[in-house]
Amino acid sequence: MTELAWIDLALTSARPQAMGALLRYFRDLDMAEEAYQEACLRALKTWPDKGPPRDPAAWLIFVGRNSGIDQVRKRARHQPLPPEEVLSDLEDTERDLADRLDGAHYRDDILRLLFVCCHKDLPATQQIALALRIVSGLSVRQIARAFLVSEAAMEQRITRAKAKVGAAGIPFETPDAVARAERLGLVAAMIYLVFNEGYSAGVPDKADTPFCAEAIRLARLLLKLFPAEPEIMGLTALLLLQHSRLAARFDKDGQIVLLEDQDRSLWDRSLIDEALVLIDKAIRHRAPGAFQIQAAIAALHARAKTADETDWLEIDLLYQTLERLQPSPVVRLNRAVAVSKREGPEAALALIEPLADKLNGYFYFHGLRGGLLKQLGRYGEAHEAFDRAIALATSSAEAAHIRQHLDSMQRERTAAEK
Amino acid sequence: MLYAVLCYDAESEVNAWSKELDAKVMADLGAVNQRYAEAGKLGPVARLMPTTAAVTVRKGVTDDIVMDGPFAETKEQFLGFFVLDVETLEEAITFARELSAVNPANGTYEVRPLQYFNPGVPIT
Repeated sequence: MTELAWIDLALTSARPQAMGALLRYFRDLDMAEEAYQEACLRALKTWPDKGPPRDPAAWLIFVGRNSGIDQVRKRARHQPLPPEEVLSDLEDTERDLADRLDGAHYRDDILRLLFVCCHKDLPATQQIALALRIVSGLSVRQIARAFLVSEAAMEQRITRAKAKVGAAGIPFETPDAVARAERLGLVAAMIYLVFNEGYSAGVPDKADTPFCAEAIRLARLLLKLFPAEPEIMGLTALLLLQHSRLAARFDKDGQIVLLEDQDRSLWDRSLIDEALVLIDKAIRHRAPGAFQIQAAIAALHARAKTADETDWLEIDLLYQTLERLQPSPVVRLNRAVAVSKREGPEAALALIEPLADKLNGYFYFHGLRGGLLKQLGRYGEAHEAFDRAIALATSSAEAAHIRQHLDSMQRERTAAEK
Repeated sequence: MLYAVLCYDAESEVNAWSKELDAKVMADLGAVNQRYAEAGKLGPVARLMPTTAAVTVRKGVTDDIVMDGPFAETKEQFLGFFVLDVETLEEAITFARELSAVNPANGTYEVRPLQYFNPGVPIT
């Protein structure tokens, strides 16, 4: 590894911790970011000569804090001093800092940093962009490219999100157990959004963006901070299982390959094994949650050596549990797939027909409905459903996948008429 | 004399490696291993899963306590290890409990799944 690559890695992995602490000191996202950037620049200057510090995060926090204080003092000559409580925290000695570094402070620092990104007034896309920028340190260009917008537009989006977070006030008090659990739940949901943004795009180039890997890194980080939270184990396991199929999800032409048609030898066994252990760990807590159940469902797919060996009964039961916990038409839609495998297309169709109103604008609803109607030989209705799905597709790969269905249906019909 | 060589590093950095870098490191380590294996000098080699996958079995007053997460005390030292092939985490925990039951010391057993295992060649 080159020196630069090593430093880059150290900076990347220290970032959440360092940014979290700097945010606590400066109580302002921009100021924390500036201080962090300055610390990184100094690291690039001094680390190659002096060698790596023993604790890169502690080094960055210390240097970043001092450079931030300098900035505050410089500005103070031109404008009134910030309120005392903003600065009162800044005079700590280095030893005090070292004490803090071992403490539980870190945990709440990082959780806070993640938590400010999932502010309820921010739309999902802004939460994702903010987290990737602030916590993961992805460049605006990388984030813009993944969202298929210009760099300037993304810059503006992130600036607006930051302003909203700042205006709402960043919560600095140490959370009690209830508040902490609530934050943890929101942060877990936000990490899942980050992952899905990379995963569900349905285009191989985008699946290759760092979003999925970043989400997994954040989930692991969260699990390290909260090692006894079964839902965080579930979240991490779920992401690992979904990500394990990356190499099998698209063929060489970039077309979607369905789970049942995937080459299972391409699945990443090491990610699957890690996920299975995390599920085992979570189950010991006997506190089921939505992420754990979804991970358990994904695990049943991962454990099946071939698509035919899939335990659809167990999957159906798990979806029923998930529905009780978190009733949603999308969960019912997913359950319908399991039902179609066990009881046939008719039963599955009966299950999803009542969802038509709620899911009318949902690509997967029409895709699945078309598939079931096709199996039942109701070609005319299937055709309409597939047309609707194509109109709702969010990527060319999704649309192409439905067109394959239409083509194969055409062949079936021609064969039947002969 | 038999020696165990233990690997320590900052997990958060290793986990931030790209897939390509990880594969290259494993291949480079593998090449060193290969030379020693061919000379009949290398026993089992293992890479552990991240510490987030670990549980720890600690002596309790009445029963052993199973805790999530890795062994984190610094006043105790790493003294030895076992490699176990079982179906579930539960079985591995049971094994650790049995060890703990017959071990008069107050030590702790961390149960950490392996990510990579190479049994090596028979050595004496």
